[in-house]
Amino acid sequence: MSAAAEILVPGKAGEGEALVLTAPISFWGGVDPKTGRIADVRHPQHGEIIAGRVLFLPGTIGSSSASAVLMELVHNGRAPAGLVLHEPDAILLLGLIVAREMGWETPMAVRLGRDAFETYGGRVRIAEDGALRRISLRS
Amino acid sequence: MSLSLSPEEQAIAAKQDGPGMAMRIVAESARLLGAPRLIPIASSHIDGALYHGDSGTLFAEKLVEGGAKVAVRSTLNVGALDLMGCSRIRLEEPQRGMARRMMEAYRKLGCEQSWTCAPYQAGHRPALGSDVAWGESNAVVFCNSVLGARTNRYGDFLDIACAITGRAPDYGLHRPDNRRARLVFDVSGLSPSFLASEIAWPVLGSLYGREVGNAIGVVAGLAAHPGEDALKAFGAAAASSGAVGLFHIAGVTPEAPDIETILAGPEPEAVIRVTPGMAAKARAGLSTAAATKTIDAVAIGSPHLSNAEFESLERLIAGRRLTVPIYACTGRHALAPLERDGRRKRLEASGVVIVADTCVVVTPIMPELGNGVLMTNSGKFAHYAPGNTGYAVLYASLADCVESAVLGKPVFTDIAA
Repeated sequence: MSAAAEILVPGKAGEGEALVLTAPISFWGGVDPKTGRIADVRHPQHGEIIAGRVLFLPGTIGSSSASAVLMELVHNGRAPAGLVLHEPDAILLLGLIVAREMGWETPMAVRLGRDAFETYGGRVRIAEDGALRRISLRS
Repeated sequence: MSLSLSPEEQAIAAKQDGPGMAMRIVAESARLLGAPRLIPIASSHIDGALYHGDSGTLFAEKLVEGGAKVAVRSTLNVGALDLMGCSRIRLEEPQRGMARRMMEAYRKLGCEQSWTCAPYQAGHRPALGSDVAWGESNAVVFCNSVLGARTNRYGDFLDIACAITGRAPDYGLHRPDNRRARLVFDVSGLSPSFLASEIAWPVLGSLYGREVGNAIGVVAGLAAHPGEDALKAFGAAAASSGAVGLFHIAGVTPEAPDIETILAGPEPEAVIRVTPGMAAKARAGLSTAAATKTIDAVAIGSPHLSNAEFESLERLIAGRRLTVPIYACTGRHALAPLERDGRRKRLEASGVVIVADTCVVVTPIMPELGNGVLMTNSGKFAHYAPGNTGYAVLYASLADCVESAVLGKPVFTDIAA
């Protein structure tokens, strides 16, 4: 099954294990820019690694440095394989816009209704046209 | 509606130089947000000069190499180094060199060397109703709410791109209609003694941010103006726990002389009636440390301490010797009055570590302890210290922080909500 999703920021098609966050996150202070580990001890997915995952984000909170953390993850090769957001996030997605200006390869960010997030598990692929597809059942 | 750029803006965006890159970043963000045009801005506050890794340094240097300069007054938020030499930063090479290169690049772009997260207390106070592009979540919320200037929550890199182009996307909080309140946050059910206490503001800010998310609310039920430092603490906590860019307080903040004037419609969409139980839970939620007999440090000054806050600190310490250090974070603007009459020397002799240009959650300053416990009166430090420093936190008033630092163990004064 696949779902059409609007491309928010173009980038490389990718696939990875889905990581569906159940609470909004502040990337700065919440995600380690060196490793991609969720460092916020109050976050339900604390300890998970976002690198190489298809990351479903129910929203971001907190610091305006989220963009810097995402760009650093891109530069370190620790970015998610794709980002799925309910609505455009002007702060976080700047990290991808600026990384593209720097000539670095970035993952794609797409928009999908929040209600559909929990139907994703297992491996997920974001195709070049932004379509989301489950390629294995949740483990 | 799609974005329409003026011929001049298009010509700048077509160039492969620094101003061209800045214009493309502003335009791309505007497109993402659905802004129809760009608008001129009066000033900028730039959060992008804090080192998080090499990518940000390379970006700033690319702008410098491309001949970019800021077009409007631009102050700088904290960096990763204490250039004033007040405190020792444990950042090692090569990161230290990259952080210094980044700070230098922003200086070359024409930014003011303010290095503070409280630029509004360092002489940068844009006029009511003016459009600006500010970064740093607490600075944004103060600028919008307390000064009544208009900014969105500009992320790192868009802030400097706006400063270079002198423009910002026309959307969100730049538009008067989007600044009106839809929610009422009613604190009239809390005790007057709690509302008059210092801890009310970080606690209520933290609760407010969690309750409203990114919606605009108006706080109702306050009898008196709580003072600028209280509003600073409220906004910083709200912008840490939520995506708050603007709040109003009826009878206090400039766009809300009363509730009716600032509400978007005849009735609010929701009324959050804050109970003493909710406030107590929010207060408890600011601490992560389990019951503990000792503390390892106290950190204050997020946002950076004002001169009035330093005076409170001196009064509370009253010349006593501290058992554990108090890290007091501030901007260089607050140092000059402290140098007079030996005030800084006396504080340092007591065991206060003054941290200038930066702070303890953005760069390694406090010793690395496996299971350290940090006490703070800042809702923002309480939020970020566990993830960024590894210390568990205990939240308390400034008075309790000072008593605890003197004794080396936590002391709490009960103030019922």
